[in-house]
Amino acid sequence: MMFETSMIAPALPEIVLACSVMGLMMVGVFSPEKQALSRVSFLAVLVLLVIGVLVIATGSETRLALHDLFVVDSFSLFMKVLVIIAAVLALVMSDGYIRRESMARFEYPVLLCFATLGMLMMISAHDLISLYIGLELQSLSLYVVAAFRRDQLRSTEAGLKYFVLGALSSGLLLYGSSLIYGFAGTTNFAAIASGLAALDHAPTGLIVGLVFLSAGLAFKISAVPFHMWTPDVYEGAPTPVTAFFAVAPKIAAMALILRVMLGPFEDLIAEWQQIIWLISVASMILGAVAAIAQTNIKRLMAYSSIGHVGYALMGLAAGTKDGATGVMLYMAIYLVMNVGTFACILSMKIKDRMVENISDLSGLSKTRPGMAFALMIFMFSMAGIPPLAGFFGKFFVFRAAIDAGLIWLAVIGALASVVSAFYYLRIIKVMYFDENDDVIDKIDGKSMRVIMILTSALVLLFTLAPETIASYAASAATSLF
Amino acid sequence: MEALIVFLPLVGALVAGFGGRAIAGHKGDLFAQIVSSGLLVLAAIFAWITFINVGILAHDAADKAYTINLLHWVAVGDFAFDWALRIDTLTAVMLVVVTSVSSVVHIYSIGYMHHDPSIPRFQAYLSLFTFMMLMLVTADNLVQMFFGWEGVGLASYLLIGFWYKKPSANAAAIKAFVVNRVGDFGFALGIFGTFVMTGSLGFDAIFAAIPGIVEGGDAGQTFQFLWMTLTPQEAITCICLLLFMGAMGKSAQLGLHTWLPDAMEGPTPVSALIHAATMVTAGVFMVCRLSPIFEYSETALTVVTFVGAMTAFFAATVGLTQNDIKRVIAYSTCSQLGYMFFAAGVSAYPAAMFHLFTHAFFKALLFLGAGSVIHAVSDEQDMRKMGGLAPHIKKTMVMMWIGSLALGGIGIPGTQIGFAGFFSKDAILESAYGAHTGIGMFAFWMGIAAAVMTAFYSWRLLWMTFHTPARADERVMAHVHESPNVMLVPLYLLAIGAVFAGVVFAPYFTGHHFAEFWGDSIKILEEHKALENAHHVPVWVKMLPLVVGIIGIAGAVWVYRSGLERGRRIGEFWGPFYQFSLNKWYFDELYNFLFVRPAFAIGRFFWKRGDGQTIDGLGPDGVAKTTAFAAGRLSLLQTGYLYHYAFAMLIGVVVLVSFYLLAH
Repeated sequence: MMFETSMIAPALPEIVLACSVMGLMMVGVFSPEKQALSRVSFLAVLVLLVIGVLVIATGSETRLALHDLFVVDSFSLFMKVLVIIAAVLALVMSDGYIRRESMARFEYPVLLCFATLGMLMMISAHDLISLYIGLELQSLSLYVVAAFRRDQLRSTEAGLKYFVLGALSSGLLLYGSSLIYGFAGTTNFAAIASGLAALDHAPTGLIVGLVFLSAGLAFKISAVPFHMWTPDVYEGAPTPVTAFFAVAPKIAAMALILRVMLGPFEDLIAEWQQIIWLISVASMILGAVAAIAQTNIKRLMAYSSIGHVGYALMGLAAGTKDGATGVMLYMAIYLVMNVGTFACILSMKIKDRMVENISDLSGLSKTRPGMAFALMIFMFSMAGIPPLAGFFGKFFVFRAAIDAGLIWLAVIGALASVVSAFYYLRIIKVMYFDENDDVIDKIDGKSMRVIMILTSALVLLFTLAPETIASYAASAATSLF
Repeated sequence: MEALIVFLPLVGALVAGFGGRAIAGHKGDLFAQIVSSGLLVLAAIFAWITFINVGILAHDAADKAYTINLLHWVAVGDFAFDWALRIDTLTAVMLVVVTSVSSVVHIYSIGYMHHDPSIPRFQAYLSLFTFMMLMLVTADNLVQMFFGWEGVGLASYLLIGFWYKKPSANAAAIKAFVVNRVGDFGFALGIFGTFVMTGSLGFDAIFAAIPGIVEGGDAGQTFQFLWMTLTPQEAITCICLLLFMGAMGKSAQLGLHTWLPDAMEGPTPVSALIHAATMVTAGVFMVCRLSPIFEYSETALTVVTFVGAMTAFFAATVGLTQNDIKRVIAYSTCSQLGYMFFAAGVSAYPAAMFHLFTHAFFKALLFLGAGSVIHAVSDEQDMRKMGGLAPHIKKTMVMMWIGSLALGGIGIPGTQIGFAGFFSKDAILESAYGAHTGIGMFAFWMGIAAAVMTAFYSWRLLWMTFHTPARADERVMAHVHESPNVMLVPLYLLAIGAVFAGVVFAPYFTGHHFAEFWGDSIKILEEHKALENAHHVPVWVKMLPLVVGIIGIAGAVWVYRSGLERGRRIGEFWGPFYQFSLNKWYFDELYNFLFVRPAFAIGRFFWKRGDGQTIDGLGPDGVAKTTAFAAGRLSLLQTGYLYHYAFAMLIGVVVLVSFYLLAH
């Protein structure tokens, strides 16, 4: 077998990342205990930024690598950039927290980097095997991170739950993959696609395999009915971990679903469209309704993310290029809104504990008007109020769904977003109209403030040029078709 | 100059309303009063100059009637009209009436309202009203007229409800607005109809088109209204009746009159300006202005005559028994408006306008005098609690006497001696007689009956207020005082009008050469000779109004000369009739039963049952309740047990797989 650079060149960023992460571990181990964390954190951010540059440098031309297990194209470029941004921001945001809350161990940034590596692999998967490897690498890192506060019951419980259920979902996914392999005779995406194209009628076993596969993937994006872990894990995990969970893995898993559904199984759209439709509707409704009863802001964000996934899936259900564009755009905007919201949550403290209850926010507009304003922007945006970014995210997927003839899906989505507006607006109401009993302490952190200002500015100003980002997403989506 | 007349009050309103306290600080009240009054006096001077120029001096057609274009207002295809000031004798008369009365009322208000905390607002409303009224009378087309029409309605609403903390004032304001809405609905339909028929909204174009339509320019042309198909002649009648409906609302004619007595809730200067002298006469003005249309419909003219005569009679009967000093005068106004309408109905438009002109002075005088009385007795309005005021407020008493003499139409027939009302009212009654028609005679006798009662209630008012023994308690009597000069001087000015307006202007308004004076502003067809015949009526017709007037006065003095006792006994003797009159013919009760209560019931039904229970119950509230319930249920599902979660996932897979298998 000849060794060719072209065979590995497209995967270079991932390879570099893998080596660097192992290097980081060495740095951590051999550094003095007190400096280990800050040194590794700094290096991790640096490494991720370098990887980001490498990803962009690799280009958007469609290329296969590693014996067709791995693909690079404009779609993967777009999603990878989002994931790296999410990972970098999560690392920056958790810095202060992990020091204060006695979880200052250098393994934290390392694990996050491993998870990121897994996500990049997922996004570029071009084979059921590489899909699984990426997914597992990501998941295993996340299980550990979720339980990172070993001394705390809630955190360990969250980690354990996530692990057990994750293992179950991996089982479903693997079972589905084996069914597909059994009926298609191959694990390669391109080969499955061409095999299916040759068939008049897809075998039922293959479809059942696809359902199992989608169930495994739906677990990762916490779509209903595979969402049950989400509120518990979000609540139990340390807050910066929750922030990371809420963003990066969702983007990666969503990319994977897009890649699988619109790649090898594109011809079966009539079959999977209904399944995605069902999942989307269930997620939107549950995300909207169940959140109303929540008092914990992290649980609320969990249901909110379930709802958002439902909206994003609406674009996938459309199964068109516009739909894929909508999903990508939605995830990008979702990233900004969530990072901003968690930056707010992470920089508030009340009576020496982190702010976790919605009622803790009362009177925030008087004690910390700037933060209240930023949080208000994010809430309005999540509720989908024009002219904020969140509105455009919804607008693109709704339009795609309507163009694809899924009128009822759009109607249900609109209704669900009305219901969900209730709990977003309630937060604003609590901040602006309720009296405060306890003063919320300020947590200093320049980086936090920068993130907050940057994200809220993006949300506010997106309306000025929605088409620029949308055109990036649209050109990225072309490589899926 | 004509534009200044119209827009100076608007400037006054804006400066007084918005600028008062900002410009002059704590002297803002005084500033608002001086600016708004000063600008109106200026406008009044200009108005008199215009009146003399246009009405008396000018002889050429071009000087007697001209139009000043201010701007193009609307231009949509055929639907085009300007914002213009139409100046002719009719307008000039109204300009004089409006600005003169308005300026004295402005000045009077300085004294009358000096305790009030929101003087700038009051002055601004008064000036705004004046502007709108001027807009109405200078209108060159129906839309501009409608603009002014609604504008005075708005100002009237604001001023009736000026003391907005009083529930009764708010109720009266709403009542005035709603009742006027009924009339305005007819007016608006009339405007639409006119546009449909003539394709135009400008007066000149409409007036030019009407004769052609009557003579059947397009043979066989018909018009649709509701379920009816109308010939051109019928269509003109229909339009006239609709337009007259607007006039009935604004001028408080029988049926739509109920708002006017209640409107007395407003401050007294408002009653004098709006509900006696100017706004309520807008209906009369409108009929006169549109005489080139009304002239072509005998039916409409008959209806106008009938309604006017009935109103004159009805309101006079009610005036006999009212105890609130302002309500007596309010019903008197209603009655006098009836006179004006039946004059217009027999095509004696000049007589109607003349009475409008003189009535403005003496009725404003009576109202402002009543205000002065009320001011003197610590804001008491019930005449049963007055009496014996003559020695204390002599000047006011003299003014009230002059006003009553003018209202009673006292003068010597056949000479040039008499109060203002004498000339105008006699002209009306003689015209009604001179019409030589059945409806004319009906109006004449109704007018005579009303004249007896007018004299009676006027002197009843004088006696109950001034000449019977005092009935107020000592504290009030000790406090009785003459009003300050700022209130008395306006009374003197109006008194001059009440005495001399008739004798000076009668030759112009209704004399032998009235046609020259009015020029083309009023159109009277050849066959309608009521006014010319009025000069040649039998002597008994000329004498009768005076005779019945004296009878009325004598009756009132006889009944009330020694107190209220005899009046009370007479009231008891005439039991049912007395109650019928005292309760204003039960119009309010009837309307409450027919319209108000059903409307409230329907409203309450839709509100409580329709909106509250059905729409809110099933809609917003129901959905919200269901959502909250579902939220509670869904969070119960989140048990926290791992095996529940795993089970849910497996169920999910099963559901999805079976969903797929069953769907195919």
